Amino acid sequence: MEAFLNYGFLQRALFAGIFVAVACALLGVFLILRRDAMIGHGLAHITFAGVALGLLLNVIPLAMALGIAVLAALGIMKLKEKAGLHGDTAIAIFSSTGFALGIILATLAGSFSVDLFGYLFGDILTIQESEVWLSIGLAAVVVFTVVLYYRKFMYMTFDLESAKASGIKVGYLDVILTVLTAVTIVLGMKVVGILMVSALVVIPAAAGLQLASNFKQAIILSSIIAVISVLLGLLFAFYLDLPASGTIVILSFLFFCFCFLLKRGKKFF
Amino acid sequence: MHSSAVESKTLIALNNVSFSYGSVRVLKDITFFIRKGDFLAIIGPNGAGKTTLIKIILGLLKPSHGEVLILGKRVETFSDWKKIGYVSQKATHVDPLFPVSVRDVVAMGLLSNKKFPNLTKREKVLSIERALKQVGMENFKNWRIGRLSGGQQQRIFIARAIVNQPQILFLDEPTTGVDAETQDHFYDMLDTLNSSERITIVLITHDIGIVNKHVTQVACLNQQLVYHGTHAEFCHSDAFKAMLAGGHHLVSHRH
Ligand SMILES: Nc1ncnc2c1ncn2[C@@H]1O[C@H](COP(=O)(O)OP(=O)(O)O)[C@@H](O)[C@H]1O
Ligand SMILES: [Mg+2]
Repeated sequence: MEAFLNYGFLQRALFAGIFVAVACALLGVFLILRRDAMIGHGLAHITFAGVALGLLLNVIPLAMALGIAVLAALGIMKLKEKAGLHGDTAIAIFSSTGFALGIILATLAGSFSVDLFGYLFGDILTIQESEVWLSIGLAAVVVFTVVLYYRKFMYMTFDLESAKASGIKVGYLDVILTVLTAVTIVLGMKVVGILMVSALVVIPAAAGLQLASNFKQAIILSSIIAVISVLLGLLFAFYLDLPASGTIVILSFLFFCFCFLLKRGKKFF
Repeated sequence: MHSSAVESKTLIALNNVSFSYGSVRVLKDITFFIRKGDFLAIIGPNGAGKTTLIKIILGLLKPSHGEVLILGKRVETFSDWKKIGYVSQKATHVDPLFPVSVRDVVAMGLLSNKKFPNLTKREKVLSIERALKQVGMENFKNWRIGRLSGGQQQRIFIARAIVNQPQILFLDEPTTGVDAETQDHFYDMLDTLNSSERITIVLITHDIGIVNKHVTQVACLNQQLVYHGTHAEFCHSDAFKAMLAGGHHLVSHRH
């Protein structure tokens, strides 16, 4: 344990990982209940184009990814609202297009670099100090905002029309939630990579939802599961020389199985 | 004399309201008033525009023509939504796995208080308990909403709609899919809210049986306002006869 904490890169990964895990879990609960679980998967793929563009133009890929993710998320939201396109259809169209664009840009940038590999499969252990602070800062903003608005978000998610009729500024809150989602996806991408970000957003929340009987429980349980998955994942990765991202995802899946069985088990008593 | 002047205070006024979805006209030139104390039924066939009308009154849809006044204010500038309760037609399509307790659901209604809810925690708890008692569901506070039956859920949504002690309550086909006996209790409860709690009630329904038994006012809608008046007059009106004869989707039977 001591050795573990003596490594700067591990400490950075731990700090960033914990914050990002909580942000992902919180958002995940809302996304699942809004039937928007796949938005993370889709946004991350679109973000690939941003990362590639950042590498091509030598702009910080994370910043580029953030910009693209926010725009894409707002675009998908508008499409759903105005064009009558089903959410999952919009996601399917834009995620593959974004990924295609990313591949082309990456090739233009001079073949697939190691950097790009990191974005696809996660590179939390190589996270830079500046990125740590950025991640922690953004994750803190996400957590703070969700905590601030969680009752209104809950009302909107549960019954949008009644929330509107109660005079709640649903349009404005929807934009906030969408932007938070985009930011969270990019953060999660840093931890487990574009291809697995869904895992960090959806699996801990799905696990928490198995056992929760009210909203607060769902949020707290999901956060705890996400944090433990990331912590244990990093530990295992370090000591057993496994890839951190994959280990984190597998652990959260095991937590999900555990919660699932516990819930089904409950029914027999 | 004085008290009847108070009784007839206008809560909601519609002036020449028309509405279209795109190019399809749904409501045409509706003018009418809802007065304090009314128990008003809005009836009309499927697609008549009843739900649309309520949504316009609540500011959820903008009329293409005409104006809506709520408590004397234009709906666009009205902000005191806690005085208005609403149970939408879709409210009971509850995700059975949604992790909210009955208490959570009723508490949602308190969010309609402006920016900073100015109730203390204790006041909130009391409001929630009073509302649950009014709908006869005080023993279900900690239940997950998905575990209740449709009729029980409907009561919880009414509790949410009345938790702020609103002046007026809008209900959009609240008893669809609820069995006859539950319906009877349900409408008795609305009667009590109307007479003891003095809540004005606007009820959208298909069911003329309900209309006959409970309401004081009837508005008959089919794109236009076909009829609006007291229930007693309605039974002798042409609108009523036309409706019975016309094979509309209105039903007059008791189940
Ligand atoms: N979102 C919508 N877009 C287009 N047309 C709609 C929409 N909602 C309702 N309509 C149409 O408007 C008409 C009135 O609908 P509605 O107000 O729901 O009727 P009711 O509640 O009386 O059954 C119907 O013909 C319906 O098809
Ligand atoms: Mg309707």
